Amino acid sequence: MANPGAYYLGEGMPAPAPAIDGLDTEYWEAVKRHELLVQNCNTCDRPQFGPEWNCHRCHSFDLGWKPVEGNGRIYSWERVWHPVHPALQDSCPYLVVLVELPNHENVRMVGNLVGDPMQTVEIGAEVQPVFEDHEGSDEVDPFTLVHWEVVE
Amino acid sequence: MGNRTMRGEVAIIGVGETTYYKRGRSPDPEFKLVIEAILKASADAGIDPREIDGFASYSNDRNDPSRIAAALDIKDLRFSNMEWGGGGGGGSAACAHAASAVATGLADTVVVFRGLAQGQFGRFGQGARVPHVRGDQAYTAPYGLMSPAQSFAMRIHRLYEDHGITQDTLKACSLASYHHAQNNPRAVMYGRPLTPEDYDASRWIVEPFHLFDCCQENDGAAAMIFVSADRAKDYAKTPVYFLGGAVGSGNRAGSGSHNATDYATSNFKTVAPRMYDMAQVKPEEVDVAQVYENFTGGVVMSIIEHGLTTYEEANEFITFENLTAPNGKMPINTSGGNLAECYMHGLELNIEAVRQVRGESCNQVDDVNVSLVASGPMVTPVSDMIVGSEAVL
Ligand SMILES: [Zn+2]
Repeated sequence: MANPGAYYLGEGMPAPAPAIDGLDTEYWEAVKRHELLVQNCNTCDRPQFGPEWNCHRCHSFDLGWKPVEGNGRIYSWERVWHPVHPALQDSCPYLVVLVELPNHENVRMVGNLVGDPMQTVEIGAEVQPVFEDHEGSDEVDPFTLVHWEVVE
Repeated sequence: MGNRTMRGEVAIIGVGETTYYKRGRSPDPEFKLVIEAILKASADAGIDPREIDGFASYSNDRNDPSRIAAALDIKDLRFSNMEWGGGGGGGSAACAHAASAVATGLADTVVVFRGLAQGQFGRFGQGARVPHVRGDQAYTAPYGLMSPAQSFAMRIHRLYEDHGITQDTLKACSLASYHHAQNNPRAVMYGRPLTPEDYDASRWIVEPFHLFDCCQENDGAAAMIFVSADRAKDYAKTPVYFLGGAVGSGNRAGSGSHNATDYATSNFKTVAPRMYDMAQVKPEEVDVAQVYENFTGGVVMSIIEHGLTTYEEANEFITFENLTAPNGKMPINTSGGNLAECYMHGLELNIEAVRQVRGESCNQVDDVNVSLVASGPMVTPVSDMIVGSEAVL
């Protein structure tokens, strides 16, 4: 078993923190409640990800957030064998997936694909989010990561 | 583009490089390496380095042109330029900027340079050792997507899915670079040949990249000197003319969390046509190509996006036989490139393109008149340069 710990990857990886300018605080707070949000334009009603300060389509600054509806679909993937960070020393191999959201104009999100790291990964496979809560530490506030698992 | 072009107005008169070292092995600090490379390029051209009046570089090169100008006793610094963007995507952009400065009269004698001493400074292929990541990185790094190899591997699996490209094309690119390095005494991998069996047996870094699909990390410096075409024949070497350059990337290439509109791309789809337009060259007229290898999958996409083959024919075209000098249909990376000569952030590729036109390559292709460089696939911006002989002016 490549990942004996409670988390998909080893402890001590860089933790996500909201942007200093407040751009994505709402996203990171929502995932802690196990809600996955995607940025959405209040003017043209189109989604975008990652978050930005203006709509890339209509240039409106009036942006909000929508809960992600339905499942995702694997757009691409990679299996990582070489640890580039000390916290990954006992985590390889592991799977990274790029997931597109069919109900949100196929915007894409990156996460890990839980389960056997040697599983055959099929582009186009349906996946659902899995929330992984981290307690935090002296250095790091509690945070939640969003992984994906194949829907059987 | 009407008559807005630099085609044939500028020439490269000198090229030079330091000894290339494995990462961390340079006995000299980075700044000293840069000065040495510029002095060597000046000697190659037969020009007094005090005549230099401009500098262009890329990838946040640490060696400030004002300090270099002082070190070289330059009388009048007129051009000091940096292309934005990381990686080697700015290599040919820096050449295009140098050429444009000369063509428009901002400066007369411009050096393009790049220096790297990763023992002295940090490495590229490591994840950041920080407690927090914010912004774009917050959506990738906590999932173990941190290094350049990890950032680009998923594009290649999507390329395979969309176009049926196979792993053998990546292997061919790797074998070609290592093969060429065996004839190049400057190459870090000189005397270290790679067999198909070695490639197959090598460990995965991140699927679909084996160890030998990934560039080295090296120490060294390289430099090239640009002057106007009407002065170019005053110097020691046969001038090599700048035919065309282009810089950029397609729609939303820089969007976060891997949301570029076109994903499985080297980012040359909009750039290469602009370069060919300025150069007035067709892909079938390219005699030899230097195609930046950060990772071989990017080379495969670059070859296709420069029209040197098609998606449909790529599996048959991108073979060791076709990619190697002197007899391949499209020899690439004839000095050994980033994989096997030196990861000089690609500037060694621009130098090799010049040497091919001069007839000075260690793996010379016959009768080279049109010589292409594609810098930095998959990063944004990427850039292109095409140079040629007097015969094509
Ligand atoms: Zn909008």
